[in-house]
Amino acid sequence: MRIACPFCGERELGEFTYLGDAAPKRPMAFAADGAEQPEAQDLFFDYVYLRDNVAGDMTERWYHGGGCRSWLTVTRNTTTHEIKAVHAAPGAGAQKRTKAGATS
Amino acid sequence: MRYSIFSLAKAALSGHKGWTRAWRDPQPKKHYDVVIIGGGGHGLATAYYLAKEYGIRNVAVLEKGWIGSGNAGRNTTIIRSNYMLQGNVGFYELSMKLWERQEQDLNYNTMVSQRGIINLYHSDAQRDAFARRGNVMRINGIDAELLDGEQIRKVLPFLNYNNARFPVMGGLWQPRAGTARHDAVVWGYARAADSFGVDIIQNCEVTGFTRDQNGKITGVETARGTIGAGKVGMAVAGSTSRVAAMAGMRLPIESHVLQAFVSEAIKPLIPGVITFGAGHFYVSQSDKGGLVFGGDLDGYNSYAQRGNMPVMEDVCEGGMALMPMIGRVRLLRQWGGIMDMSMDGTPIIDKTPIDGLYLNAGWCYGGFKATPASGLVFAHLLARDEPHEEAKRFRLDRFRRGAMIDEKGQGAQPNLH
Repeated sequence: MRIACPFCGERELGEFTYLGDAAPKRPMAFAADGAEQPEAQDLFFDYVYLRDNVAGDMTERWYHGGGCRSWLTVTRNTTTHEIKAVHAAPGAGAQKRTKAGATS
Repeated sequence: MRYSIFSLAKAALSGHKGWTRAWRDPQPKKHYDVVIIGGGGHGLATAYYLAKEYGIRNVAVLEKGWIGSGNAGRNTTIIRSNYMLQGNVGFYELSMKLWERQEQDLNYNTMVSQRGIINLYHSDAQRDAFARRGNVMRINGIDAELLDGEQIRKVLPFLNYNNARFPVMGGLWQPRAGTARHDAVVWGYARAADSFGVDIIQNCEVTGFTRDQNGKITGVETARGTIGAGKVGMAVAGSTSRVAAMAGMRLPIESHVLQAFVSEAIKPLIPGVITFGAGHFYVSQSDKGGLVFGGDLDGYNSYAQRGNMPVMEDVCEGGMALMPMIGRVRLLRQWGGIMDMSMDGTPIIDKTPIDGLYLNAGWCYGGFKATPASGLVFAHLLARDEPHEEAKRFRLDRFRRGAMIDEKGQGAQPNLH
């Protein structure tokens, strides 16, 4: 398994660190007016502990610590390890120029 | 046929032609009191204890491939009970006690060998942590001894004692720990369960559940037709999320790949099991002479039953750091298994919110040593509908209640457990 970093090109797996499934979104504990969300406990339980544990194509976050130190969004098949797509993760690093010259 | 020195001698005199099948190959019946999904060590042990201890003999074990073809045949065969947290201590010691009488119970040579385990320490702080762990074990009636550097040198003279980063200062020793032959464990439970009338049905993948109008599980759909069941128990560690998804459940589990390795056979070298946690490496020697070793998870979700090169390199580097002469032996085989990584590193043995469906899962990379106790407590749960005394903390709702049993203290990041 090698990951083609959009900034550094194809690099060996040892340069990357795995965070996990990119799908879970941190829920809001409080509404915009500061009131506690009644279902916040359930939402946080779900976010912290439950997993889809996808068998097949999964979108996940990897960190290129041994290279450009960017967070990446990788689409990978968990039953074959085939990597279908690699993009810069939204947020920090996403606006850097990619190796191809385009901004992502 | 009961195995003994006499049956062996008798078979030898007739050219070993009289041996019969160790278990039947039955067609699935229409209905069973209990159906267990997963013909690994845990599933077969569950069926055995259901029949032997709880008198429930109308039982089927369904296996998608051949029995023992999953993690039961992919582990590094270590048995031990050197745990520290309440919940784990009693459970794993129960398992250790069952290992100690397993061959007599099953009338099968599972090659249980109590050759001991030594967890090495490399700093004052780590020694103190191990002393604490050893004390907890001893308070609970489990054997443990803290060895200093001189004592380690006597039993393991071949280690590298000049490692500047991780000097070997001593180790925590559990003499009653050891190894067992993993395939024989599977075959022994299969044969013993079969002798009570349990049907072991191979090449029978479960593809779905059948449920009544109230949602209660009434059976399973399989590659060999629909099979009715009073209760269904899942013992499919590695694939738990996939099977649970067929019943619409999401679980606190991720599947990760763990690799293991075996070298060519050499003369007896390693007396027991050695763990070098600081270097992500542990090793023992099989009775055939191969060095059996492993290290950390690869670290990413996987159902592929194979890993990648960086972890192979990391494990071999750990081996070279601990015992440099390991570099002279050749690697014979390397493989991967899929670990059911729970969110606190501890298993789940509980009823599910779905009526009639029971869960035995989340074994992380510690399932083999638990095989006998896992079978016993899961059988208890299936038979009595209440948790066994030694498994009452392995509940599915412990994450919501904040009652995690996190032996390593890593939190809900399963690839770090």
